[in-house]
Amino acid sequence: MPTHAWHEAVIQAFKDNNVRLVVYVPDNVLRPLIEAVHADDFFTTFVATREEEAVGIICGAAMAGLRGMVLMQTSGFATLANVLASLCVAAQIPALMMVSERGTLGDFQVGQAIVCRTMRPILQTLGIEHHTMTRLDEAHFIVDRAIKQAYKTQAPVALILSPLLTAQRVSL
Amino acid sequence: MTRNTKMMNRFELTTRLVSKLKNEEAVIGGIGNSNFDLWNAGRRPQNFYMLGSMGLTAPIALGVALAQPQRRVFALEGDGSILMQLGSLATIAAVNPRNLTIIVWDNGLYQITGSQPTATAAAADVVEIARGAGISQSSWANDEEDFERLIERALHGDGPWFIAARIDGKAPAAQTPREPVSIKDAFMRGMGTKPA
Repeated sequence: MPTHAWHEAVIQAFKDNNVRLVVYVPDNVLRPLIEAVHADDFFTTFVATREEEAVGIICGAAMAGLRGMVLMQTSGFATLANVLASLCVAAQIPALMMVSERGTLGDFQVGQAIVCRTMRPILQTLGIEHHTMTRLDEAHFIVDRAIKQAYKTQAPVALILSPLLTAQRVSL
Repeated sequence: MTRNTKMMNRFELTTRLVSKLKNEEAVIGGIGNSNFDLWNAGRRPQNFYMLGSMGLTAPIALGVALAQPQRRVFALEGDGSILMQLGSLATIAAVNPRNLTIIVWDNGLYQITGSQPTATAAAADVVEIARGAGISQSSWANDEEDFERLIERALHGDGPWFIAARIDGKAPAAQTPREPVSIKDAFMRGMGTKPA
């Protein structure tokens, strides 16, 4: 069955890989995904007060056998360098992260635009696998393969949701 | 700030806690002296020793508690560390895991960095903070026997629990080896999520 919205493709990939825990710090772009995981009994989902806290929660869950994903926006990702370096990368924990990319392609917030420039350099410096998702027809493939690789290689991964994916109207 | 609680010792209390763990309970030792004294209290496969990520002991323990609801989980955290991530107490209260206990060792010091005072040395009360965050079962341990009584409650009743103990500034006898991958692998075997 074809999927008509990016969040449907993402949810299917979570289910295909038994990612049952979703911890998030809210973001308007992520809203359809957040609402969908709340509405689906497959998932345990709740809000964290900080992105760093959410990464700690899913790392504990991952070590104890429950796969978890953190949802956040770009500015939240910018708070994570220490936990990524000293927990996820150092201990080789497959922390799964999904970041809605703010501060690009027309964003009017100066702060978002500046902090956005720090995201990929942080990921590259820490050697963390990351993929930018721009197309609906690739969305499931990227999320599915990225989760599988993270678990097989015991490494964190970041999936960046571009406005090219999340802000475009889909013609049915 | 004066309190009616006895000043105790972190290693002694950690040893008392570990001696009560008969059912492969998970223990997450926070950065620095909290995990060093857990290490010194005896090796257990169910111990995770945090070598970085200051403040994330309680969140990591929450993740373990959610993954394995049949297992009791303890987080051992310092006052300086918990002050760094107070929001996590509100999250724990909201999620309300019945199998999770947060223990805070409070000596009013950033002991490992040169014993600079924390905010608990002035006016902050971590038990009142935890209660205000929504963890209603939050208590100071008055002395060693009271600490053991609170641990017994946490082992048999429905949590979440928050226990704080006023401790001295004595340094741990030895430090945990800085081997994060070995620590994680050992913990996962202790949790039954990695083959022996």
